[in-house]
Amino acid sequence: MSALFTQAFLTSLVLGALTAGIPLMLAGLGEQISEKAGVLNIGIEGMMLFGAYLGFLVAYSTGSVWLGFLGGGVGGMMVAAPMALFCIRMGLSQIVIGIALTLGAEGLTALLHHFQFAQSYPRLPAVETLAIPGLSSIPVIGPALFDRPPIVYLAVLAVAVTAYVFRRTQLGLALQAAGDKPAALDAAGVDVVRVRTVAVLTTGFLAGIGGAFMSQVGAGIFVPFMTNGAGFIGIVLAMQARGRPLWVLCGALLFGACLSATTALQVAGVSIPTDIIQMLPFAAVLTVLVLFGRRASLPPALGTHYVRGAR
Amino acid sequence: MSETTQIGSDALLARRSGARRERVRLIAMALGPVFGAIVLSGLVLLALGVDPIAYYGYVVDRGLINPYGLQATLTRMGPLLLIAAGLIVAFRAGIWNLGGDGQFLLSAVVVAALGPLMVPYFPVWMVLLIGLLVGAMVGAVWSLLPALLKAYQGVNEIITTLMMTFLGVSFANVLVKLFFRDPATTVPQTRTLVVADRLPRLFDTTVSSGLLIGLIAIVAVHLVMTRTAFGLKLRIVGANPRAAIHAGLNVPLLTLATFAISAALAGLAGAVEIMGVQGNVRADWNPAYSLTVVPLVFLARFNGFASIAFVFLFSVLSIGGESAARRTGVPNFFTLVVVAILLIMLGITEYLDQRRRAAGK
Amino acid sequence: MTQIHTSPPPHAEPRPIVSLDHVTKRFPGVVANERVSFDLWPGEVHVLLGENGAGKSTLVGMLSGLQLPDEGGVLIDEREVRIASPARALELGIGTVFQHSMLVPSLSVVDNMALGGKWWSQPDRDGVAARMAAVCADIGVTLDPHAKVGSLSLGEQQQVEIVRALMRGSRVLILDEATAMLTPKGAEDLGALMGRLTKLGIAVVFITHKLNEALAFGHRITVLRLGRKVGEIAPERLAALGPAAATAEIVRLMFGSDTAARAAVAEAPRRSRPAGPPLLEIAGLAVDDPAVPVAGIDLEVAPGEIVGLAGIDGNGQKQFAEALAGQRRLAAGTIRLGGEGIERLDVGGRRARGLRYVTDDRLGEGTVGAFPISLNLLLKQVGEAPFWRRGIEQPDAIAAHARRLVGEFDVRTPGIETAIGKLSGGNIQKALLARELSGAARAVIFAKPTYGLDVQNIRATRQRIREAAEQGLAVILISTDLEEVLELSDRVAVMSRGQIVGVVDNDADARNRVGELMSGVTA
Repeated sequence: MSALFTQAFLTSLVLGALTAGIPLMLAGLGEQISEKAGVLNIGIEGMMLFGAYLGFLVAYSTGSVWLGFLGGGVGGMMVAAPMALFCIRMGLSQIVIGIALTLGAEGLTALLHHFQFAQSYPRLPAVETLAIPGLSSIPVIGPALFDRPPIVYLAVLAVAVTAYVFRRTQLGLALQAAGDKPAALDAAGVDVVRVRTVAVLTTGFLAGIGGAFMSQVGAGIFVPFMTNGAGFIGIVLAMQARGRPLWVLCGALLFGACLSATTALQVAGVSIPTDIIQMLPFAAVLTVLVLFGRRASLPPALGTHYVRGAR
Repeated sequence: MSETTQIGSDALLARRSGARRERVRLIAMALGPVFGAIVLSGLVLLALGVDPIAYYGYVVDRGLINPYGLQATLTRMGPLLLIAAGLIVAFRAGIWNLGGDGQFLLSAVVVAALGPLMVPYFPVWMVLLIGLLVGAMVGAVWSLLPALLKAYQGVNEIITTLMMTFLGVSFANVLVKLFFRDPATTVPQTRTLVVADRLPRLFDTTVSSGLLIGLIAIVAVHLVMTRTAFGLKLRIVGANPRAAIHAGLNVPLLTLATFAISAALAGLAGAVEIMGVQGNVRADWNPAYSLTVVPLVFLARFNGFASIAFVFLFSVLSIGGESAARRTGVPNFFTLVVVAILLIMLGITEYLDQRRRAAGK
Repeated sequence: MTQIHTSPPPHAEPRPIVSLDHVTKRFPGVVANERVSFDLWPGEVHVLLGENGAGKSTLVGMLSGLQLPDEGGVLIDEREVRIASPARALELGIGTVFQHSMLVPSLSVVDNMALGGKWWSQPDRDGVAARMAAVCADIGVTLDPHAKVGSLSLGEQQQVEIVRALMRGSRVLILDEATAMLTPKGAEDLGALMGRLTKLGIAVVFITHKLNEALAFGHRITVLRLGRKVGEIAPERLAALGPAAATAEIVRLMFGSDTAARAAVAEAPRRSRPAGPPLLEIAGLAVDDPAVPVAGIDLEVAPGEIVGLAGIDGNGQKQFAEALAGQRRLAAGTIRLGGEGIERLDVGGRRARGLRYVTDDRLGEGTVGAFPISLNLLLKQVGEAPFWRRGIEQPDAIAAHARRLVGEFDVRTPGIETAIGKLSGGNIQKALLARELSGAARAVIFAKPTYGLDVQNIRATRQRIREAAEQGLAVILISTDLEEVLELSDRVAVMSRGQIVGVVDNDADARNRVGELMSGVTA
């Protein structure tokens, strides 16, 4: 057992948790914003995937990592925009449209990839890291946590920003009201449709960057269906976090550690099928639900369309 | 929820009102999106530099006209119809069972492992019967946790069934790789059920009798949901859970029943797919049928007969698309795009229809 | 806003703040308001009186920005404006307190007040709390600015909304059915508060369907009927008329002709007081409920007797009724029907033994709106013969049953296959009465049976209740309308905070004693 706790193992575990966890965290954070505003965003898987594709495409054709991430965010918003139009403006079922957008993004990215890269399978160069002086020389966790691509620090910063927005800004109050009692928000003179649209577009932006992180930092390549349920995991994270951004971060790192533990274990010379480890986080969440069985605290207006004057 | 555009909510009224004009309207509303989707998807093809007419022609030829293609299409329909039947039960009862893929896959793995083991000891028909039963049971068992959480704790079933799908897909792989692995092969997969021991083929064709099972299941589900007291109880729970409590219905029990039936049908689909088509399960195999059938059931407005039509259309598209992938270089993923566009067109049609009716009265 | 005008003589200013000029608003199938004109004067409580469905809500909706008039105009300070959104209404100085709270339960009072500023700005919680304290002091209310709104009582929530409207500089304050959820004491307090508001020069619009409140609190009264303004009583006239004459005048306006009015409030011929052993006996009934726990309910109802259950809404009536009908679990207690204990039976079992429950939430739980009338009439009998045989639907039996009940109970509908949600409230109630009163009924619970109905349907429903009692049914009538309880009941029980605080015979003194019990004065 002692072989498990070598420095190489631990570093690779922490690194893996971070690399796999950041996209999940961005998705979970995005989903949390949508849910807070009363939109159950099932299309987030599609937003991530399209972000992964567009992020890769932009990074590959411009050679700029940053433009790539921007492209990823825009890609996510390109899927979020129809969601906002169909579900928030037109009032169509959020679940049906969410599934449709996910399927559509899966099909479209696979198709585009096939026509563009199927022959060449281009790879991106490894993303440069930014070592934080001092912190990065801490043993074990230093290199894994503080010598990472700058986007990692920005992503973690996004958690703090979101927490700040939720608690300390008018937008935070408006989001809360849109999910709790949209009619009250409307009566206070704030456009519910606009608040929810902003929430969904932000979700798309964050999820898209999460997807771009997977293709640019995680894999260095775009592969069809590469998000592989990360968006759905984001939904699970958001539900469990009950509106608290910090919980999303913790949960995402936990999921990330499980998803990447196989690699770390291989480093340590232990061979366990990936699949068993991948079951762990879901099993853990379900166990929590069964043991504590608390009704998940979801906004009352989640999933309902707001029509002014209708009671 | 009353403000939400409820896709498929007024299908029942249509049956009862029986007015011909209403029927014409419904048919137009079902076919409108189909044509719209075909045209829009054609534009996507055009943008990719593929001749849409040639592509569609090839798909229709290989999925519908060509005898082998048609038989493959009909065989594909079997498990899809079973999944659709399960979704109809769930959606009409207001339960979002999005865990069909996990239920399907686990059942497939268990049946694939069990089948070859039973062959030496039982006659073929009994192996098949046990396989179908076990498949249904495995599916139902895999929905038990979300069902209990929904029925007694009110935990949102979308989340729990999605989680159970992730869990199920990984678990299926664990089973294939560690426990049910065929030692005779290098690729991790289960033992193979030889063709002679599979579900019989219909007449002189290659069409699996899974089609028959699927057709019987979906028609039965349709009749149960529309013509029986049990179906009505489920529909009351789905349409207005508070009215169900007011009327004295045992909502938790009906919720459990809904999950069990829906998941059992998804499990049955897994069994039919294995014993009718695949014969074994390879590691990492996951056709993800359930998530693609969800839109079809919506298009059919939870109507069993209309679902048969849409499942047929989808099967033509996917079988034809698989052939077309080899010939025209358009990968089969295109089918996903068509389904997505179809769904969105459906939503828009619904929205326009609602506005038209609101304006007309 | 916070400065206090020194005793402004009412309507000293020459012109109204807001005028509605012949506004018309149509909805599919109905004209909600037809050429209604309406002026709001500063320093005046203008009562908008009318039956449910008279068009009060629509009129309020046009003032508060929820709806736009189809014809006619809105003038503020004699300038034509377009109030296209609630935000615009606020800008124009029109604040509305809706019947249903427009506060976000999960936010604190200050956050609710701060809601609606620039998106990236921080809500100025301290500043809001300070301004709130100032307004509270002006109008004489006390509120904890940091309490979560969800934890406040309905009366307090209403005060929060009034304070908020004033903080936003409202010159016009619309109170929509503001007393519907309040205790008599709470309603009086609100009346006093309205008086203080008018002293600040604010124009108050007070919407109600209760005549006594209109007279007690109002300076000017406008009566709406079937979407039209049928009369306005100016302050001078109101003062000149005196209470009795004013009442007669308003009743005439509200109900059309004098005869119809008398019929609407007419005293039914008193039935002979039923005697005999109780048919329905409730002892020690208790229900666990986070909002209003119910405990220690003892009640006996004889066959043919109507026991009214009076009380302010939300004092456990709903919990009690649901527990009695079998929809909720009893924490303790026994229920006997004709001597047989039924507390362990489920809804179906109790119904089969003759216990019926007419819910007040007709669309929420009483019916499935999208289902046809025929099935809604059998909602509580799904699977029973002869309508289902071996679980299979028998369309002919179902249709025959529906046609019989629709005829017997005079449900006006295009057909028995019409979705019940498309019917009017009165007809839905008739269908519910048909479902609950047909067959072998022995005891019936009516929950707010006339709530939201028009005069005709109120009369028809009350008649059904009387008939039910005459046929020997034991009747429990839950109502928040004291007049209704006094009109129909043999005895009146008063419910407060989940308990029955007293039962009185319905005699000449009943009104006073029930009033005392309701306001918590223990006699």
